[in-house]
Amino acid sequence: MSGTADQMVTKTDTALNTPKPPRRAGLLTRHGTLIAFAVLLVVNVVLTPNFLAMQTLYINLTQVATIAIVALGMTLVIASGGIDLSVGSVMALSGALAPLIFLSGFATAHPAIGLAAAFIVPVAVAALCGLFNGWLVSRYGVQPIVATLILFISGRGIAQVLTNGNLQTFSNPGFSFIATGRLLGLPVQAWLCLALAAGAWFLVRRTLFGRYLLAVGGNERAARLAGVPVRRVKLVVYSLCAALAGIAGLIVSAINSASDANQAGLLMELDAIAAAVVGGTLLTGGKAPVFNVIIGALIIQLVRYTLLANGVPDAVALIAKAGIIIAAVYLQQNRRD
Amino acid sequence: MADLNADLSRLFNFSRFMRRGQSDLRTGGVWVALALLILFAALRYDRFLTEYNIFSFLSYNSMFVLIALGMCFVILTGGIDLSVGSVAALSSVVSAFASPYGIEVALPAGLGVGILCGVINAFIITRMRIVPFITTLAMMLAARGLALVISGNQSVPVSWDSNFTQFGMGSAFGVVPWPVVLMAGIFLIAWVTLEKLPFGRHVLAVGGDTEAAKLMGLRVERVQWGAYMISGAAAGLAGVVLASGFGAGQPLEGLGWELSAIASVVVGGTLLTGGLGSIPATLAGALLLGLIFNILNFENGKGLISLSAYWQSVIRGGFLLVVIVIQAHASRFSHGKPRAG
Repeated sequence: MSGTADQMVTKTDTALNTPKPPRRAGLLTRHGTLIAFAVLLVVNVVLTPNFLAMQTLYINLTQVATIAIVALGMTLVIASGGIDLSVGSVMALSGALAPLIFLSGFATAHPAIGLAAAFIVPVAVAALCGLFNGWLVSRYGVQPIVATLILFISGRGIAQVLTNGNLQTFSNPGFSFIATGRLLGLPVQAWLCLALAAGAWFLVRRTLFGRYLLAVGGNERAARLAGVPVRRVKLVVYSLCAALAGIAGLIVSAINSASDANQAGLLMELDAIAAAVVGGTLLTGGKAPVFNVIIGALIIQLVRYTLLANGVPDAVALIAKAGIIIAAVYLQQNRRD
Repeated sequence: MADLNADLSRLFNFSRFMRRGQSDLRTGGVWVALALLILFAALRYDRFLTEYNIFSFLSYNSMFVLIALGMCFVILTGGIDLSVGSVAALSSVVSAFASPYGIEVALPAGLGVGILCGVINAFIITRMRIVPFITTLAMMLAARGLALVISGNQSVPVSWDSNFTQFGMGSAFGVVPWPVVLMAGIFLIAWVTLEKLPFGRHVLAVGGDTEAAKLMGLRVERVQWGAYMISGAAAGLAGVVLASGFGAGQPLEGLGWELSAIASVVVGGTLLTGGLGSIPATLAGALLLGLIFNILNFENGKGLISLSAYWQSVIRGGFLLVVIVIQAHASRFSHGKPRAG
């Protein structure tokens, strides 16, 4: 009896002291992601030939931008306690729509309007896809995995039907600028990614919506009782995630000067989830470490590059990625405990 | 132990009684839909109910049914297994390598690989306490990578000298294809296991309320080990059927299988939160999704319309949407209010 009472006292004590330890643990976790990234960089400087060349930086930034942009949206959705499996399909859809628009008769007659529409319409359609996901999740209480499974299956199908499964090749310098252009020597999409990350950070840290988002992910019931518009938050967050995936889809089409509904964004949901998790996002929600997720995406990209540049086959890279994901989550969990 | 089981079954019956209305609405729908689709197809297409179509349909879909049945156990415990497609690919490669020794060796080899993957999943989930979604996501990547490594990025031809391909392409007693026999056998085992054996009860109890199950003295971790091993085993068998039926171990196959398995389970009315679901309804769900492909092929065969293969995934997704919305309405109806906002 007294033992129980003692335990209770100790429990209350720790409960009172809790604000401090998690904060420290959070800082450690943050450094953990950065340290892993630094270690990878050092390993590469030693091992990989020509690693410290501008070309290397350029290639990696070109490739990481799409993962990072999708991972940003995924982080927001996961922070709300959900998940979005449909991002790859949405990428394929938006990537297929853009050439359809600027290759159409109207757009060739009015290039400027056509080009603007080729950027705006696909992203808007992608956002609508997200709205649909959010509607299923918030209106019907469908579990996010199942709700987003629908567009995962049929989103790519719609893109394939639109293009008849064919590759659409094009030559449109204006459109391709978002993937092949340079600003201050770095690829445009890297700057775009940075800007979007800054926007996401501002959204999470400095706006009421960010507070709401973390509240919903932390404890949905409590958030609703506290007057948070849970439904609206979910609608917005799924729309944002899909819109970001739409932007990534445009970049992929622009990189290849072709849209490929069969391949674009394939397995992107896994890379994005992996980047978010390696960056320290909790799958249970309530946490959105935006810049760490960018580092997480960089780690995923750098691991792939390291293995490829050192002649390790793609297949082994998959196994390495699996190991990294498990190790990252395991370490973060231990720190949290 | 006897007391525990009595308590358990009482509690379980009680909760089942409470959920009866909802359960019937959820799992009944899939049977009605399946019956209607079969009726429609039988009336519309002459060749639909021929022996050839029925058996080739069942034979092809046996892989998806196997995986869906395994997935059902995992989902009933409240978990998820994203690795099944990759594990099936890995198992198909391994069994193709073992094919010169005959099906007697190749089948256990593929099965063993599947179970091993399940064991690793279970170890990481229960001992390292990493959530199933992440664990099986990593296994999905690792199994795919391993399949590609040992196959050298190519499909592995099977041996045609042994009896290996007879399993995938031949028929029992010249009538029923072996994969269909295997599917039926596994279905019966799964059904009996879930409905009649203590393990099945424990699976439902753990998925229904893990804390309550723990307090009753159930070994929750042991139940999880069982579920992930079953799912791995089912994926392993599917891989053997794949290699044997198509004459090659295919390291790149199985993309998206996990999601169609999840879709089958969900269409069958099993709750993704665990604790409620049925094996026969999962079978019906998997057959229903496969039937959509079959019917579309027949419809194209009539020559009136010509829908490309790409429409199939659009229609599948639309179908899943309808089922989910109906289920959401059904569950709201029985709960009296929305479950989430």
